[in-house]
Amino acid sequence: MKYLHLIWAALFRRKTRTLLTLVSIIAAFLLFGLLNSVRLAFSAGDSVDGAGRLIVNSRMSMQNPLPESLGARIATVPGVTAVASSNWFGGVYQDPRNQVVSFAVSQNYIDLYPEIVLPADQRAAWERTRTGAIVGAALAKKYGWKVGDKIPLQSTIFPSKASGNNTWTFDITGIFHAKSEQDAGREQLLLFHWKYFDENNAFGAGTVHWYVVKVADPAHADAVATTIDAISANSDHETKAQTEQAFQASFIKQLVNIGLIVVSIMGAVFFTLLLLTGNTMMQAVRERTSELAVLKTIGFSSRSVQVMVLAESVLLLLLGGLIGLAVVSLIVPGIGAASGGMIPVHGVSASTWVIGIALMLAIGVIVGWIPAWRAMRLNIVDALSGR
Amino acid sequence: MGTLIEIRDLAKTYERGKQKVEVLHHVNLDIAEGDFLALMGPSGSGKTTLLNLIGGLDAPSAGSIGVGGQRIDQLGAGALARWRASNVGFIFQFYNLMPMLSAQRNVELPLLLTKLSAAQRRKNASIALQLVGLADRASHKPGELSGGQQQRVAIARAIVSDPTLLVCDEPTGDLDRQSAEDVLGLLQQLNREHGKTIVMVTHDPKAAEYATHTLHLDKGTLVEQATA
Ligand SMILES: Nc1ncnc2c1ncn2[C@@H]1O[C@H](COP(=O)(O)OP(=O)(O)O)[C@@H](O)[C@H]1O
Ligand SMILES: [Mg+2]
Repeated sequence: MKYLHLIWAALFRRKTRTLLTLVSIIAAFLLFGLLNSVRLAFSAGDSVDGAGRLIVNSRMSMQNPLPESLGARIATVPGVTAVASSNWFGGVYQDPRNQVVSFAVSQNYIDLYPEIVLPADQRAAWERTRTGAIVGAALAKKYGWKVGDKIPLQSTIFPSKASGNNTWTFDITGIFHAKSEQDAGREQLLLFHWKYFDENNAFGAGTVHWYVVKVADPAHADAVATTIDAISANSDHETKAQTEQAFQASFIKQLVNIGLIVVSIMGAVFFTLLLLTGNTMMQAVRERTSELAVLKTIGFSSRSVQVMVLAESVLLLLLGGLIGLAVVSLIVPGIGAASGGMIPVHGVSASTWVIGIALMLAIGVIVGWIPAWRAMRLNIVDALSGR
Repeated sequence: MGTLIEIRDLAKTYERGKQKVEVLHHVNLDIAEGDFLALMGPSGSGKTTLLNLIGGLDAPSAGSIGVGGQRIDQLGAGALARWRASNVGFIFQFYNLMPMLSAQRNVELPLLLTKLSAAQRRKNASIALQLVGLADRASHKPGELSGGQQQRVAIARAIVSDPTLLVCDEPTGDLDRQSAEDVLGLLQQLNREHGKTIVMVTHDPKAAEYATHTLHLDKGTLVEQATA
């Protein structure tokens, strides 16, 4: 520790170069912190304790339907206070690029989502209208939809019996808002009656893609989930009750392999960082040759000179890496909120810190190894005479 | 006074590729404790090589070097480093201070290898800086000091752990006349008042006048033997 000031002084001998290197390290660990937080968010564990709402869908695949009759049986499970259902519709508006996140839901669906606010008269109008649809304010604004509009949506999956093709017609009977900024993502939704979907769907009937279950006591959600899954055990429609985050995560995981993306991006970033900081350290030690020789002349052992150079490189990585992760922990909650809960990140997890610090130490040692070895081997007489 | 340094049949050979060059041949030399020896000779005659051997920076190819009864040619690298730390102070032509550290911190460097507390290290370094007349420059970095001042900081660093022997390789080679005289006066004071044994390589006959003895080296051989 009494050598710390020596190591520090050596590190900032060339301020500009060290600062530039630090900036790259900060950037690399910032990226690492963000990506790893996202990766972890999408690989959330199986525990559902603490969740007030569960999603129950097919254990085999998200597209696998469940029988509509299952809803009534789930409702009998102790600890369940309400059950709603939802079907994936896959709607697009006018152009295949205009995807509309649209669900065919049971009428009580929005009762389970207090974060959705729909005026009572519009709710009543929706319940009266077989082809009624309620849309989030953001979605309505995007396409200029108003209450009373009749809009056609193409389903990418389901043909309509009424039209004989994939075009379904809806009457907009209400526009809902999100209660808070955090749930703004829900304003992108279009919801319509499961009954209309079921009767008009040319692909057979009586199925549901997932159930939303309200739990009386979130602390016991795990037990409720187990009981729900037990109902369909060994049937052809085994279920998996999970948290909404886990459900969203598995949804996105179907589209992209987040783990692979994170690993390949970070592999490239850290490889570049290795070359960059390696070069910095090599240069730093080369131009300090005579200073290192003087330390040895004075009586510092070769081993202690080696350790000092290694410590310098580890310190550089720790300094940049910790700043990078600290910045991530400041901005991540903002990202989670800005995504309207779509990217379920809240902070930098302990495991991200641990992996991050392990990476800093490892890169520091790798990068410092050769310069430290050279410093250790440095011949005093040759170095002093500039040979 | 007794003999501090005993050099017997000392030889040093460098290998340049396949070619072997003997830089020092059969050097025999006794240096008395408390001596101030000037080592002169043309460039390339082996002065620095001899000085480095006496200071334990390099190992001889043949022969022996005893310092204070200790055969330093028989020490391993680690033991030699420890021996240097407690027995020798080094002064170079180009001062070789750490540019990032203040004068005070530079002088404290050798004390990092001792068991002294931080407060003790600070105190001893201050005393050494005072001795070389630079107490008021303690917080200056080398770049903020003149050549003569830097060399005096280097002298303070060389004496801070109170070694018996000082080895100086052309300590005034890069200084103007006035600064050179200050530095030489300081070395003479360290020799006379503090009993330091000094071996100094120099080109400059005027510098050699400050020493008590002068030896000449030519093509790796001592031309005049010391008569203490
Ligand atoms: N490490 C070395 N490798 C090869 N040759 C060396 C080495 N050190 C010194 N020499 C050679 O030894 C001779 C004496 O060098 P040196 O002791 O530095 O002379 P001086 O200090 O008297 O000018 C020179 O010819 C020099 O080139
Ligand atoms: Mg020389």
